[in-house]
Amino acid sequence: MAKTIYQKIWDAHLVAEPEEQDAIVYIDRHYVHEVTSPQAFEGLRLSDRKVRRPELTYATMDHNIPTTKRTGPIADPLSRAQVETLAGNCADFGIACFDMDDQRNGIVHVVGPELGLTLPGMTIVCGDSHTSTHGAFGALAHGIGTSEVEHVLATQTLLQKPSKTMEVRLNGAIQPGVTAKDIVLAIIGRIGTSGGTGYVIEYTGDAIRAMSMEARMTICNMTIEAGARAGLISPDETTFAYLENRPYLPQDKPFDALKEEWRAWASDPGCAYDTVVEIDVDAVEPQVTWGTSPEMVTGISGQTPMLDAEADENKRLAYEKALQYMGLAPGTPITEIAVDKVFIGSCTNGRIEDLREAAHVLKGHAIAPTIKQALLVPGSQQVKRQAEAEGLDRIFIDAGFEWREAGCSMCLAMNDDRLEPGDRCAATSNRNFEGRQGKGGRTHLVSPAMAAAAAVTGRFCDVRSWDYK
Amino acid sequence: MKAFTEHTGVVAPLEAMHVDTDQIIPKQFLKRIERTGYGDVLFYDWRYLDDGTTPNPDFELNRGRYKNASILLAQDNFGCGSSREHAPWALSDYGFRSILAPSFADIFYNNCFNNGLLPITLPGDVVNALFTEVRAQEGYALTVKLAEQEIVKPDGGVITFDIHPFLKQRLLHGWDQIGLTLQHEDKITAYEQAHGIA
Ligand code: SF4
Repeated sequence: MAKTIYQKIWDAHLVAEPEEQDAIVYIDRHYVHEVTSPQAFEGLRLSDRKVRRPELTYATMDHNIPTTKRTGPIADPLSRAQVETLAGNCADFGIACFDMDDQRNGIVHVVGPELGLTLPGMTIVCGDSHTSTHGAFGALAHGIGTSEVEHVLATQTLLQKPSKTMEVRLNGAIQPGVTAKDIVLAIIGRIGTSGGTGYVIEYTGDAIRAMSMEARMTICNMTIEAGARAGLISPDETTFAYLENRPYLPQDKPFDALKEEWRAWASDPGCAYDTVVEIDVDAVEPQVTWGTSPEMVTGISGQTPMLDAEADENKRLAYEKALQYMGLAPGTPITEIAVDKVFIGSCTNGRIEDLREAAHVLKGHAIAPTIKQALLVPGSQQVKRQAEAEGLDRIFIDAGFEWREAGCSMCLAMNDDRLEPGDRCAATSNRNFEGRQGKGGRTHLVSPAMAAAAAVTGRFCDVRSWDYK
Repeated sequence: MKAFTEHTGVVAPLEAMHVDTDQIIPKQFLKRIERTGYGDVLFYDWRYLDDGTTPNPDFELNRGRYKNASILLAQDNFGCGSSREHAPWALSDYGFRSILAPSFADIFYNNCFNNGLLPITLPGDVVNALFTEVRAQEGYALTVKLAEQEIVKPDGGVITFDIHPFLKQRLLHGWDQIGLTLQHEDKITAYEQAHGIA
């Protein structure tokens, strides 16, 4: 019978199906970061357990770390303690850790793929919801809580129920100036932030096949914002070309043999899904969120909603509350919204291709005088080095951006990078929740190109008619 | 882990869709390395005024009548956002034992079961009716019976609910997941041997 990639990975990783219990599923790769792991290691110590497979586990520090120059210890004592706790735990339990000074440091979901630690057919977990990113390679990848982190550390398995499958088919070709970020925001706008609950989404169609790995990662990254357990894309030549020569590939087989193994994970022609959603990407324009949930989104030619047009009372209340928090009147055209700050980075859009897109827009331009701060935070130190080798850093700095070290930074504002109350920000990250980028901060999610354009004009504008220099 | 069998408690309403984990517990409190002590900062940005200590009089949960509430009534997609288990830690540390909502985000839902917290999914109209009843009657309390999968209302009316049988058993017995899995350690070892994981 024709199988989906999800079914293939599930079947291949079943350790046991005890009666009246969840299935025990083997985990091939476990990523760890400093925020969601300390209590898990503590739990191991309290019950005198070891890490079963330290060699399948990799840690990086990303959420708390400063993105300014990394000389001397972290000033905030709590952040410092958390980062030091991770280093200590990794040393005690024999886990590889890419600490702040390591060349391989960066956001966990940027680092794993670029090192070749994320491979097709794997099961991957991390105590972080955006673990869905790794699904771009055809790996079944999702976020887990800290108790589950402890479970994976102790047993290298996870208890799981099978998910339903949803095919999201992206038909047609993406317009110039429109990016993977716009597509995934449009998908969330269509199915809603709980539209994917209970499902694993597989993305298919011509538009997916035409996308780079960076673009596919952006799509899978935000799949969690649609409520789904995981996002998946069947591996193909684009996947293999990205992986070739990555430093952590398995060494026991020639690359051609690996490729053939990986290819076999792809969904079989004619396989069946529980639900199918079709999106015509030709019609998608650059997207901008206007509210406090990623589903509160519209195209650049759109406007904030009119409240009386919404029939569902709970929704109307949610819209009203969101507009109030965002300081926007109903029916405001998106192009009339001016921003104070711009943030380009995060595990959604902090990869080299994202930086290239933004630099392409910024080249020969300067940020508007009304912009209080424009931050460029690469997703990893490797991305930073690559961008510097290409001279992108000069373009950002010349335009008026701050060029930072890698980290999560103003995506969640756990370090010193944050919005002040009332600040309005064009951000390439993934969550526009109240206070996400700092208490009282107002976040509009956009693509790197749209963020760069907003930095120059001081307000949202349609990057499809940009004056490229 | 704490077991959940039956619980009677005052119900507090939280009238918002998509309550995300950043609202349940903001990031600045994720820097601690302990599992306990998060109850005081639950719903921090909503619950306190800008000084961070004065209770916000406009936040419904701060009203005297909900002071000892232990059942939370919420709306769609509760717990969306990050995987932080600090969210259920904060809810249970505050004193909540059960949350009723039309839908929950996936990771949050799972995390609850590792912390003796019972999330119950109910139809939207049932939840909306409960909001009305809770607000109409001070001290409105419900009894949640997990074994029977029933919620008993003050007037004796009964609401039934669905729950996955395994999750139910885990909560009823307060089972430790790791201990449960390690009963099958021979199978894990066999899997590793078959896959060349030495
Ligand atoms: S960049 Fe943002 S979303 Fe991604 S892992 Fe860091 S905090 Fe989470």
